[in-house]
Amino acid sequence: MKYLKFLLVGMFFGIVLFKSEAVSWYRIYEMFRFQSFHMYGIISTAILSGILFLQIAKNQHTKNLLGHEIEVPKKDHGFIRYLFGGIIFGLGWALIGACPGPMYILVGTGVYSMIIVIIAALFGTLLYGVLKEKLPH
Amino acid sequence: MEYILNPWPWYISGPLIALVLAMLLYFGKTFAMSSNLATMCSIAGAGKFIDFFKSDWKEKKWNLIVVLGAVIGGFIAKNFLSNHAITTLNHKTIQELNEIGFKNPGKTMVPNELYSFDAIMSSQALLCLVIGGLLVGFGTRYAGGCTSGHAITGLSSLQKPSLIAVIGFFIGGLIMTNFILPYLL
Repeated sequence: MKYLKFLLVGMFFGIVLFKSEAVSWYRIYEMFRFQSFHMYGIISTAILSGILFLQIAKNQHTKNLLGHEIEVPKKDHGFIRYLFGGIIFGLGWALIGACPGPMYILVGTGVYSMIIVIIAALFGTLLYGVLKEKLPH
Repeated sequence: MEYILNPWPWYISGPLIALVLAMLLYFGKTFAMSSNLATMCSIAGAGKFIDFFKSDWKEKKWNLIVVLGAVIGGFIAKNFLSNHAITTLNHKTIQELNEIGFKNPGKTMVPNELYSFDAIMSSQALLCLVIGGLLVGFGTRYAGGCTSGHAITGLSSLQKPSLIAVIGFFIGGLIMTNFILPYLL
């Protein structure tokens, strides 16, 4: 029961991303060619709604289910890791047309070859863990 | 019903994605779809050899349940909430894609030229999937987040590191789509 709400949120997330076509390889292509407003519209309205929610929660001192005030964990300071990591991520995102959320959603829609991508992404994550100390952050 | 079966417009979808963020924060968690990749590495035992993966993955089980939900959500949306409409792409996009070797743009969610079983029998498409997956997995951990963690959560909470990461996502994406992808197939 404890986990049912997470299952439902995940299902809702999967439905929204499929129905909005954000899981479409072609929508990602179109976005990086500046040939459609669709993805920009989704991302910007998501961010604007998120800002609105977080500002209201902050002003109202809204508490979460655990009784703590709602807050977003702060990212560590840094520059190189965000820029380089971001560029590497972007190269992969545009090639396979899916970021980590859509990867799983697409498996559910029957794109089973996406499992190859997920396994490769696991190895990519593993590789980062191996090289972490040697990389500039 | 028509409204549900047709593809949803961006001004409905964006706020609904923010609702996912709001719900996860309300449950005392965060919206970060890439962290489960590291969790799966921990479960597979990577923590025995690499410190980065030493963590109590049982505390992150909720994240894997979200993933399971996302898979089920994709199944439901595709099979029960869709009229299988063709994605309405810009006609210029369709023409361009035809020219670089992608037939039938928008008829499916992912191009058969990369994802069909016939395609992955050729080493070229298979190599694209493997390299793409490696880049996403490596990049997301290096940058400390993906589209959900940085673009949605990080920018909603006005964090500078996330802005740098999102600029990086776009630099990488623009390079791939405009300068590399046209020569891959």
